[in-house]
Amino acid sequence: MPDQIIEIEKLTKNFGAITAVNELGFSVARGETVGLLGPNGAGKTTTIQMLLGLTKPTSGDIRFFNLNLQDSRRKILQRINFASAYISLPSNLTVYENLNVFGKLYGIPTPRRKIGDLLDLLEIPQVINQVTGALSSGQLTRLNLCKAFLNDPEILLLDEPTASLDPDIAEKVRLTLQNVQQEHGVTMLYTSHNMREVELMCDRVIFLSRGNIVAEGTPQEIVDNCQSESLEEVFISLARNGELKDFSELE
Amino acid sequence: MLTRINGLVLRYLYLYRRSLARAGEIFFWPIMDLLVWGFVSTYINQENNVALFLLGSVIFWDVLYRSQQAITLSISEDIWVKNILNVFVSPVSIFELMVATCIMGIIKAVITAVVLGSLAFLLYAFNIVSIGILLLPFLISLLLFGWALGMVTMALILRFGKSAEALVWGIPFLIQPFSAVFYPVEVLPNWLQIVAYTMPSTYVFEGMREVLSNGEWLNLKILMIAFLLNILYLVTGAIFFGWMFSQVREKGYLTRLGME
Ligand SMILES: Nc1ncnc2c1ncn2[C@@H]1O[C@H](COP(=O)(O)OP(=O)(O)O)[C@@H](O)[C@H]1O
Ligand SMILES: [Mg+2]
Repeated sequence: MPDQIIEIEKLTKNFGAITAVNELGFSVARGETVGLLGPNGAGKTTTIQMLLGLTKPTSGDIRFFNLNLQDSRRKILQRINFASAYISLPSNLTVYENLNVFGKLYGIPTPRRKIGDLLDLLEIPQVINQVTGALSSGQLTRLNLCKAFLNDPEILLLDEPTASLDPDIAEKVRLTLQNVQQEHGVTMLYTSHNMREVELMCDRVIFLSRGNIVAEGTPQEIVDNCQSESLEEVFISLARNGELKDFSELE
Repeated sequence: MLTRINGLVLRYLYLYRRSLARAGEIFFWPIMDLLVWGFVSTYINQENNVALFLLGSVIFWDVLYRSQQAITLSISEDIWVKNILNVFVSPVSIFELMVATCIMGIIKAVITAVVLGSLAFLLYAFNIVSIGILLLPFLISLLLFGWALGMVTMALILRFGKSAEALVWGIPFLIQPFSAVFYPVEVLPNWLQIVAYTMPSTYVFEGMREVLSNGEWLNLKILMIAFLLNILYLVTGAIFFGWMFSQVREKGYLTRLGME
């Protein structure tokens, strides 16, 4: 069995009467890119937030690097990072200032060099002294990713990193992300509504519906098992019916 | 730990360097207060020291107010610009966050005291330094109470979200009438006097008036009470913050505050 660096067991979150996540269990191996998919309200964000220790699970276990999240949260946070299109860095600081602040929060020894390298890697070296609020949405997404790469994370959790981007910019960001992923072997768990992006990026996907896993496998396996043409089709049928009719059990 | 605290303080300071409006907030409103009350006191211009008291009160009040604001505004700002989750997913502890915002409180309070103190001297020939050595424990006492109020305010904002934001500015004014800021405790009805004496700020404002009128004020016991109360409020504030924060994590409100 390969090195499992994220392990989730019977993870459950109830918000009052709503069960957002229901006895979820899966693990992610080092170097894997796993997509967490599902219609709105499926429980993707809640799962990611629990993985980051921002939301407290009702029950269940989360382990990173064989460390329990509850006991070793800060040790774990030092080795992982997070980005989402729904959060942003302060718009009235410059790009350098923002990254410098987070460099300090993550204890980066030589922030100036690291920041330069990362901006190069994400192909936005020219914005270093610009005010963050003046960046385009594509540049902002890249900047969010720069922040997420500051601590050389072993694991990256991404909640809709490319939401609200034009398709061609989303495509470019994906290529960069893939590049970085291949170069650094970062493990990624991410949610997205862009099925094409998921097909291209993910080694494995997990489909959630109403807090339950309804399908799991490589994108190809899922498409085949659902007798669909594409992940997009699987996604749509899931969103409409709330379950996968044709889905026969899959390891 | 020091690097992380330093990082947070840097983040808050950057904001003031970038944003003139924010920097203005440190100088502008306190100065406006001082002007209004300064001229009111010039107008009153009585034989006794009421006018002096008012000026001292304005300066002292602003120290308390800025100290509370430093905590709430620092964190609220990160909520408004949707940066708060970036901070909370970094290895920063709540304790470090609190220390960083309290340092901001010190910075703001010192600036307020110096700027207003100098202006009051230039415009109204009111020398706050004439309070003497007691000035220091007075100001520290106000700073500490400001921190405690800041923690409570911040806890409520995290817990109740944007609807509680008015508290950032509102909370200090809830205590102002009962804290003998602009008038002596005696003018309050008896039962309110009891309320007043539960607040460390009351002792400071009373003490300040006494020093200004008698030239000295030796009742150190009262100063001790103020400090003990401060410690009590700080501990309570921290516990309240911790309790609210665990509820926030329980109910998943950080996501709402940070992403919506
Ligand atoms: N803080 C919260 N309080 C109450 N209900 C919540 C909260 N956060 C999410 N939910 C509910 O939990 C379910 C899952 O939401 P979420 O994890 O955001 O889904 P997704 O990210 O897959 O769209 C939804 O029904 C949502 O309304
Ligand atoms: Mg979501």
